[in-house]
Amino acid sequence: MNSPIIEIKGLHKYYAMDGVQVHALRGIDLVVNEADFLAIMGPSGSGKSTLMNILGCLDIPDEGSYRLNGKDVTHMDSDELAILRNREIGFVFQSFNLLSRTSAIENVETPLIYAGVNKKERRERSAALLQRMGLGDRLYHLPNQLSGGQQQRVAIARALVTSPTLLLADEPTGNMDTATSQEIMDILCRLNQEEGLTILLITHEAEIAVRAKRSLILRDGRLEEGL
Amino acid sequence: MSWLSAVMLALNALWRNRTRAMLTTLGVVIGVASVIAMVSVGAGAQQRIATQLESMGTNSLVVRPGSQTRGGVRTGAGTTSTLSRDDAEAIADLPGVVAIAPSIRTSAQIRYRGTNWGTAVEGVTPDFTRVRNWPVVEGEFFTEQHVNGAAHVCVLGQTVAHELFGIASPVGETIVMKGVACRILGVLKEKGASAWGSDQDDSVFLPLTTVQRKIMGVTHIDRIEVETASREASFQVMKELKRLLRKRHRIATDQPEDFRMYNRAELAQTSEESARVFTWLLGSIASVSLLVGGIGIMNIMLVSVTERTHEIGIRMALGARRRDILWQFLLEAIMLSGAGGLIGVIIGVGGAVALSKFSQFPVSITPWSIVVAFLFAALVGIFFGLHPARKASRLQPIEALRYE
Repeated sequence: MNSPIIEIKGLHKYYAMDGVQVHALRGIDLVVNEADFLAIMGPSGSGKSTLMNILGCLDIPDEGSYRLNGKDVTHMDSDELAILRNREIGFVFQSFNLLSRTSAIENVETPLIYAGVNKKERRERSAALLQRMGLGDRLYHLPNQLSGGQQQRVAIARALVTSPTLLLADEPTGNMDTATSQEIMDILCRLNQEEGLTILLITHEAEIAVRAKRSLILRDGRLEEGL
Repeated sequence: MSWLSAVMLALNALWRNRTRAMLTTLGVVIGVASVIAMVSVGAGAQQRIATQLESMGTNSLVVRPGSQTRGGVRTGAGTTSTLSRDDAEAIADLPGVVAIAPSIRTSAQIRYRGTNWGTAVEGVTPDFTRVRNWPVVEGEFFTEQHVNGAAHVCVLGQTVAHELFGIASPVGETIVMKGVACRILGVLKEKGASAWGSDQDDSVFLPLTTVQRKIMGVTHIDRIEVETASREASFQVMKELKRLLRKRHRIATDQPEDFRMYNRAELAQTSEESARVFTWLLGSIASVSLLVGGIGIMNIMLVSVTERTHEIGIRMALGARRRDILWQFLLEAIMLSGAGGLIGVIIGVGGAVALSKFSQFPVSITPWSIVVAFLFAALVGIFFGLHPARKASRLQPIEALRYE
């Protein structure tokens, strides 16, 4: 329990864009402890997405080390990363990334399918979470029958369904009006305060970032203390 | 991921695009159905040929007199009278020979009371029914005693019986040919046309000796049918027989033979072989349509993978491993081809049955063609589904997620 959820040392990431090599992350050091709520801010092009991909185990760093919940991610193969994403991480995206033409409850169930949970338990857990998100009467609605805020709440339910150690939210309020943004942030704050869920939030909006316990700024591939 | 969930995922995905799935399946349906129908037609032809050969007796050789060369003049086949009943008896003693049927044939006008009928008259021995595989349906065949005594008895072929007696029973009646009155002992079973198109039932059968002495006044015979132990044995017997007859007829090694041999086993093999080739040919032509159906599956699966790249990205982010994605798409392809295979089997069998009902064409539905066509369809699904499925499973999660 003493080890931090996220422990990053000297992390570098390069990628090629139109044949030009881009040094996207230039030595990131980061520690996120359990029950922390960290916001990372940064202008576009600062390497936010690259950092997010690595934090979410969708990509691996070129240099440096990344330990998630004590496990060294740096040398994992694609299957191990998939298992890690399934068990340890819950994703909330700006564009929701719900499966289209698939009901809310089936969307929430999806991570449990890959975790090998049986149908009955999947249904129960998913229904309970959607209930908590205030969507108890919309279990069988399709994403395009739901409002943006409702879709994001489905996505949050889906992120929480495997009881992950880390919730990664990438611009979760990016496409929303102020009221809906605050509604989503209320949910995240409550999860952090009441259940001690570790949350890492990426945003470019200061009024969203202030609601986190602390925030950092990513600028030109390096992290700086913020606010 | 459990198998059940994987199957459910694949079924769901297919259901969402059901029109497309049905059209894709149609290609396989047509392929499988045509393979089964075509092979059934081929097997039907094969079976008809086999039955015909069976009725001829497939383990048999036929010895006929050959031509003679006298002073540079070569007479036609069957014109010599060198073949004798003693030759036949000698052949009967060869190893591998089960039975022999020597015969002589002529034609005659047969009279019965007010009517008459011109037909073939054949002198045979009792083994004839066995060697020619031609049983009596009414009355009985004549015996060795009848042959030894050149008795005035005969057995009728169906056509002759019908022409002279109509529906009445001819057994016990007496017919007259070339001044010889013969009592009818029995009637042979209907045999139908020979492989060369002549009506085999249009014949009257008398003891060999009766035809030789009383009707034709000759001592030779013009045909010996030799039944061998097996089809394989017939080839060995043929060699032995050749040597034996050359020796008996005192033919010098540099002289041509005065007899000819026909091996029915050879004929049987050739016709069976060509029927088999026919079946394979039909089957392979039909298989091409199955292959085209498979390409249809690959085509639609590739489109599907591209269309669903974003979905694949989401699933990967949520913890789907590469093999989960691979199986999802592979199962979809297998289900498409499997369903196509099943429906194809039903339509193929139905089509074959309908064909045999409404046309004279013989159709034989073989279980193996159904099994093979179905397995082939499933294999087509795996083969053509694998490439798109691998393509899907090798997508990079970040790129797939970013894809719109």
